[in-house]
Amino acid sequence: MLVNIILNEKKISADVEPDLLLIDFVREQGCLSVKRGCETSNCGLCTVFLEDRPVLSCSVLAVRADGKRVTTLEGLKEEAEEFGAFIADQGAEQCGFCNPGFVMNALALFRENPDPSEEEIREYLAGNLCRCSGYEGQLRGIQAYLEWKKSNRV
Amino acid sequence: MKTVGKPVRKKDAMQLLTGQPVYTEDIAPAGCLVVKLLRSPHASALIKSIRKDIALKVPGIEAIYTWEDIPKGQRRFTLAGQTYPEASPYDRLLLDRRVRYVGDPVAIVAGADEKSVDKALSLIRVEYQVEEPVLDFHKAKDNPILVHPEEDWESLCPVGADHKRNLCAHDETSEGDIEQVLSECDIVLDRVYHTKACQQTMMETFRTFCTIDPYGRLHVVSSTQIVFHCRRIIANALNIPKSMVRVSKPRIGGGFGAKQTSVSEIYPAFVTWKTKKPSKIIFSREESMTASTPRHEMEMHVRLGAMKDGRIRGIDLYTLSNTGAYGEHGPTTVGLSGHKSIPLYGKSEAFRFVSDVVYTNVMSAGAYRGYGATQGLFAVESAVNELAAVLKRDPFSLREQNMVREGDVMPAYYGQVNSSCALDRCLSRVREMIGWEEKYPARDMGNGKIRSVGMGMAMQGSGISNVDVGSATLKLGDEGHYQLIIGAADMGTGCDTILAQIAAEVLECEIEEITVFGADTDASPYDSGSYASSTTYITGKAVEDCALKLRRQICALGASLLGCGADQTEFDGKSVTRTGGGEAVTLQEIAAASMCGNEIPLQETVTHSSPISPPPFMTGAAEIEVDTGTGEVKVLNYAAVVDCGTPINPNLARVQAEGGILQGIGMTLTENITYDEKGRVLQNSLMQYKIPTRLDIGHIQVEFENSYEKAGPFGAKSIGEVVINTPLPAITDAIFNATGLRFRELPVTPEQIAMGYAQKKE
Amino acid sequence: MLTIKNYKKAESLEEAWQLNQQRGSRILGGMLWMKMGKGNVQTAIDLSGLGLADIEETEEEFRIGAMVTLRQLEIHPGLSAYTKGAMKEALRHIVGVQFRNLATAGGSIFGRFGFSDVLTMFLAMDSYVELYQGGLVSMAQFARGGYERDVLVQILVKKRPMLFHYESVRNSQTDFPVLTCCGALDPDEGQYRFAIGARPGRAIIIEDKEHILAGGITEKQAEDFGVYAAGQTPTGSNMRGSAQYRSHLVKVLTARAALELNKGDL
Repeated sequence: MLVNIILNEKKISADVEPDLLLIDFVREQGCLSVKRGCETSNCGLCTVFLEDRPVLSCSVLAVRADGKRVTTLEGLKEEAEEFGAFIADQGAEQCGFCNPGFVMNALALFRENPDPSEEEIREYLAGNLCRCSGYEGQLRGIQAYLEWKKSNRV
Repeated sequence: MKTVGKPVRKKDAMQLLTGQPVYTEDIAPAGCLVVKLLRSPHASALIKSIRKDIALKVPGIEAIYTWEDIPKGQRRFTLAGQTYPEASPYDRLLLDRRVRYVGDPVAIVAGADEKSVDKALSLIRVEYQVEEPVLDFHKAKDNPILVHPEEDWESLCPVGADHKRNLCAHDETSEGDIEQVLSECDIVLDRVYHTKACQQTMMETFRTFCTIDPYGRLHVVSSTQIVFHCRRIIANALNIPKSMVRVSKPRIGGGFGAKQTSVSEIYPAFVTWKTKKPSKIIFSREESMTASTPRHEMEMHVRLGAMKDGRIRGIDLYTLSNTGAYGEHGPTTVGLSGHKSIPLYGKSEAFRFVSDVVYTNVMSAGAYRGYGATQGLFAVESAVNELAAVLKRDPFSLREQNMVREGDVMPAYYGQVNSSCALDRCLSRVREMIGWEEKYPARDMGNGKIRSVGMGMAMQGSGISNVDVGSATLKLGDEGHYQLIIGAADMGTGCDTILAQIAAEVLECEIEEITVFGADTDASPYDSGSYASSTTYITGKAVEDCALKLRRQICALGASLLGCGADQTEFDGKSVTRTGGGEAVTLQEIAAASMCGNEIPLQETVTHSSPISPPPFMTGAAEIEVDTGTGEVKVLNYAAVVDCGTPINPNLARVQAEGGILQGIGMTLTENITYDEKGRVLQNSLMQYKIPTRLDIGHIQVEFENSYEKAGPFGAKSIGEVVINTPLPAITDAIFNATGLRFRELPVTPEQIAMGYAQKKE
Repeated sequence: MLTIKNYKKAESLEEAWQLNQQRGSRILGGMLWMKMGKGNVQTAIDLSGLGLADIEETEEEFRIGAMVTLRQLEIHPGLSAYTKGAMKEALRHIVGVQFRNLATAGGSIFGRFGFSDVLTMFLAMDSYVELYQGGLVSMAQFARGGYERDVLVQILVKKRPMLFHYESVRNSQTDFPVLTCCGALDPDEGQYRFAIGARPGRAIIIEDKEHILAGGITEKQAEDFGVYAAGQTPTGSNMRGSAQYRSHLVKVLTARAALELNKGDL
């Protein structure tokens, strides 16, 4: 099937199989930040934005993204660097394999709720598994970033 | 110190955080053959026949291999990443006619894409002669049904193995007369504890790709902690010379010991060697959950002898370990269950530690952070907590009375002297951090909620004494930058950065001036690999010594440029100066000079091994809330203080601790592996095997109390493994303090608590 | 691996219904559950072009399109106000935000999964399913099964003035529930009803037929009702809990929900 997908603000026309998953489509298009960590929609590693909403790209048919905007971490370089630096300052990136999905969903959180409470952070990111960090360093990094954002706003 | 002890960013941090393509699958060449495995549906069977002719007709299929493609007389091997001769038995073939667990590979299929390979997998016709499996590890030893009846089974080391008894290993060690001592004790607690086969659950599953290099050699790129052991294992499996194999690792998406076993490498290696075409294998999560290398299930029978005044006089431990279908890490993990738990109690007069490791027809176990110590410490620390309850003693004060201290000889730790130990300080600090005084043992919060606390101690090792080898090469490059080349594997732990910090400290330069390369068997100096908590302590020391040697070489070349003797120069990281404030040459000038008409090498390699394995120590305490109605438990707060010697990078040490603690919490409360009556793993996905999410934990607080270990680089010991051990005894004791229910098998589920509590109320 | 031969974005409900009459056709919801299957789908029918992705709130009811996501339900201010936060509580444990941005109300209800928090929540409310052929069917009737080849168009929730309280027990926070319980109180009539799901079978309704809760609730009455409810609720065993544990939880959760509902202004 022919689809037109706006991937990281670039229009891509491609002929895809009906059962091709969005994760495999974006990886084929060179967006290798998108990772697969499970087959059961549990890990959050494959998070991308579909029309600006974070979704699991492992669970979306590429054909269903026809005519829609898809954003991966490759399309959010500046935001990712700005926020990522705070995670790096905690050493909480660790193996890094969950990082792209985690960073994507954290950015989605900040867009939706610029001043989240600790509980809101935990809840929004609950679908992003990480086995290295114990989450505590990620939380410190997020809170430091939000503080920095706040002080920059004033 | 300028760089050591500083929380510098990991060198690869921003690459990882911005999602750069640095992992195995990201860099696999386009057009790799897709390799998948047909796996046995039976726990024990002989393959009567395999028909692959129909499957081979699927368009795109390149090759299908079965046991019939393995040359007769091929020697068995082990997948365990250990120093040769491995303690793990040689009990595997690449493909065997006998399948020994549900998931054992039956055929290797290689094809152009996933769809064709999946299709072919469904078209292979296998006829099995199904046999009765041994599924209960209590019944494995001396069972007439043998997991490894084959005559060509081999054990290379004297570990007490006997495959005709389903025994992968057996050992007995003791000091003093344990029976005599126990008979003199006022109290002897006799308890049995049971831990199951937890999964490392690194986010990146097992994966490997292979190519043929310009010399016709096999180049294996894999997500592995052990490039050098991998080279040997692959060559053994393929029966080709070691010289024909090169193994390198890109970034690794987590290991935790899982990738200390060569789980995925041999299959694409075989395909590429046979076809001379690039190939790759990406394990599904299901495969990673059902056909991998989890923690050894262990049952530990503890007899703990003490006097009424709290003096612990003797510990008798029997561990039964389940290695599953193959023996990877079986003989060695079990040892830690005793040798890294009993020595915590330095005042005891006698100990005995007996162990059996048995084969069964379930997934083969392997190395997982803690490596047997986790299981043993759960048993011994829980027994000590039980003793405290019986004696109505505070668990902290009972520890203070009995624990090992700096300078003590540790008979159960191979007689090693406890050369650096701040366990006493860890203990008192954790007590403060958790608010033990106010919170112990429990407080009723109303609404059926009870808050309580519990604690535990732990130790581990720093490398394997007299076995592990770490090496470092340092070179001076243009403009005075350095290259550090290692064979240890950064798997997210940050060892590339930590080792660079050590080098920068010695070379008096900025961390940015050191580039790091690793690990590649063709380019790296030999290193056993990153496991057994060895990298900072063993390889780190090699880096320190190597940097010292390179300094001398820099001075030597500087001296020749200055026209004086090397002993008349000083190096401050920037330039070599003639002693007494004379002329100087900059490092840049020396680097340039080293590349022109020069015979003084500005490249050094140092190899290091250690006769001792200094234990890091730790104390942890949990505050939990139990809902007595539903049985749900939440860890509200976990306080831990670690003595890892000098933390080279406090940020990375802290995150190691936080991550390890949460893995321990998962093992205690949610992570379960169970089998059905046919031997199938029920927890075969992240949907069924529940690792903690960030909603499952309150806060983890970590602090350090440093001892100084003279044998380590800048006083450092290890940290990677010790951190997983304390939650098991701490949380189960907190559950006891809240409910009066004692759980000796993990995980403890809400159901067990709720039903136990309801029964107790009646 | 799931394979799909044809994909069709339906242009009308009639077309969707026609396609769905063919063997091997499946209507796509959020795809989360379907994706894990290993079957072959001849035609995958997508309803996402039919304007079914909105929640419409009127004086009398909520009209929830089949393609509305669980996340939309979770953060909808009107639903949140009407259910006194129970809707959010029912949904927030389901895997993660990215998952709930895909999973649909229609798919969740149509699947009539035993473990479903969504079905538990809707059963507690005065709700209906609108089927293309079958018309309006009460949630309780729909939950019993049938209508496999029909097309779920939307879900209606009547805004009867009610109080709700949602409880669930999970072995870990984002796991499937071991038991779900949504209590509902009609304050005018003083009638309590409890939807109980993850038994592990499909959610059912337990009503206070013996009037144990009539006329104010003490802890004792709540406990007595819990015992009664446990007696009325068939439970079974699976990996996440035994039948006995579930019966115990019915007792605990219904009693708790009753006490919470009795507090009134939740």
